[in-house]
Amino acid sequence: MITFDDVVKVYPGGGTAVDHVSLEVPTGKTTVFVGPSGCGKTTSLRMINRMISPTSGRVLIDGEDVAGQDEALLRRGIGYVIQHAGLFPHRTVLDNVATVPVLLGKTRREARAAALGLLERVGLAPEFAQRYPAQLSGGQQQRVGVARALAADPPIMLMDEPFSAVDPVVREGLHREFLRLQKDLGKTIAMVTHDIDEAIKLGDLVVIFRQGGIVAQIGTPQELLSDPADEFVAEFVGRDRGLRSLSFDTAAELPVKPVPAELVVDEAGRPLGWRTGADDVRPTGGTFTSADTLRLVADLAILSPVGIAVRVDADGKADGITPHHDLADYLAARRG
Amino acid sequence: MNLSYLFDAAHWDLGASGSIPQLLLSHLWYVILALAIGTVIALPVGLYIGHTGRGSFIAINAGNAGRSLPTLGLLMLMVTLLGLGLLPVLIALTVLVIPPILTSAYAGLRSLDPQVVDAARGVGMRPWQVLTRVELPMALPVLMSGFRSATLQVVATATVAAAVGLGGLGRLLIDGLAVNDYSRVLAGAIVVAVLAVLLDLVLAFAQRWIVSPGLRVSR
Repeated sequence: MITFDDVVKVYPGGGTAVDHVSLEVPTGKTTVFVGPSGCGKTTSLRMINRMISPTSGRVLIDGEDVAGQDEALLRRGIGYVIQHAGLFPHRTVLDNVATVPVLLGKTRREARAAALGLLERVGLAPEFAQRYPAQLSGGQQQRVGVARALAADPPIMLMDEPFSAVDPVVREGLHREFLRLQKDLGKTIAMVTHDIDEAIKLGDLVVIFRQGGIVAQIGTPQELLSDPADEFVAEFVGRDRGLRSLSFDTAAELPVKPVPAELVVDEAGRPLGWRTGADDVRPTGGTFTSADTLRLVADLAILSPVGIAVRVDADGKADGITPHHDLADYLAARRG
Repeated sequence: MNLSYLFDAAHWDLGASGSIPQLLLSHLWYVILALAIGTVIALPVGLYIGHTGRGSFIAINAGNAGRSLPTLGLLMLMVTLLGLGLLPVLIALTVLVIPPILTSAYAGLRSLDPQVVDAARGVGMRPWQVLTRVELPMALPVLMSGFRSATLQVVATATVAAAVGLGGLGRLLIDGLAVNDYSRVLAGAIVVAVLAVLLDLVLAFAQRWIVSPGLRVSR
């Protein structure tokens, strides 16, 4: 666990970058620092591995103040990923990944062998090993950056805007792989982003900073969406936060009505469409299962030609329907 | 004016004192000494300034001041102060070598992508490791171009050694002028030029050898 204990950072010019921040980054979880530029999120992150020293207050890792630790040794024990990957251009991909193990005293041969395995882990084919960073795309460089940070298997990872320098399609792929990797590895991750959607998607816990280095709210993505602390947070998480907050609940407890005769099904009971006239059958627009999110149910109800979402069981057989006003009643009841 | 002096076999007799090979060797010796001393002085200072960012005005002003000092004038001053010998020549030539090496070491480090240097610190390199494993290898192309330009300058300028009674290819120029033997002057000029080109070629090959291919590839 990483603990910020009343941390302040004032720059000599007089600007306050971080203003009395106290928070905890729980072990094995992803905690995302998010906020507008100049809110102190990156400064806070960089105080964890002593790239920046606090003016006052303490940063502790598992109860131990980082200020008392040897800088280089501390950093070798913490994975570090930065925006443009910051790969060493004069070293091959393999040697970039092998950097920290070599610093820790492994032979180059051992470190390279382990590095090869890591490349595969982050989704890079072995033929990339002998290339140089300039020969890779931005997304590939970022994968190498993650592999380099993972090479010494550190319990903690710091990621400073790791996905912001790549295009949206590549970012989407990197997000998926990040979530897959983190599910396997369970690292304690502190990540900085300015993108609230990214924070909500990747974070177990989200810390929202506001201008002047003040923490506006700390909570799970769901808490931030459903219960923003103030106007600033509500504005920052976005206008459609109500709809997005539905992504965190499944339809397991959503009541359904029996399937009516207007729903045309095939011999296996799978829905084909809605009968809206004698010869007129219109597509349902999709179905949901009880494991899907309420957001999908809302989406289906809106898209449906008759305003009704269709639930199916594991075999795809229609087993219930939810008209949009039933969904609205359910949501209203749940809130109250 | 003709090439008779240059192509006279008697002038290429290694054993004869004052022969072209002998003058060439002594010339090369002055060049190597001046480059070695100049590098030992300028490289650490330039790297320190570039690495820390402290005292960059020294790098910039040393570069400008050094370039504007007339070597021959400086040599005469040194001879006046120290008397004849190798030392005043070496001082004059070293002063010539320092600015390009110091400036290129400084500029080479300053021009690096700060993100990469940040990453080097962030993964746990100590300052010395950041310098030797990341900054220096990345700055090598700039550093080598400074060293090559220092080499070219000192090869041409080492001819002044002859003006104060020493050897080197300057002998051919000074003695040739003294006795109106322009064929000898021409021989001296040609050998100096060829030496400069050859040394630059050697350094160009060395540069290909020591600079990482990763710094040459383009996307």
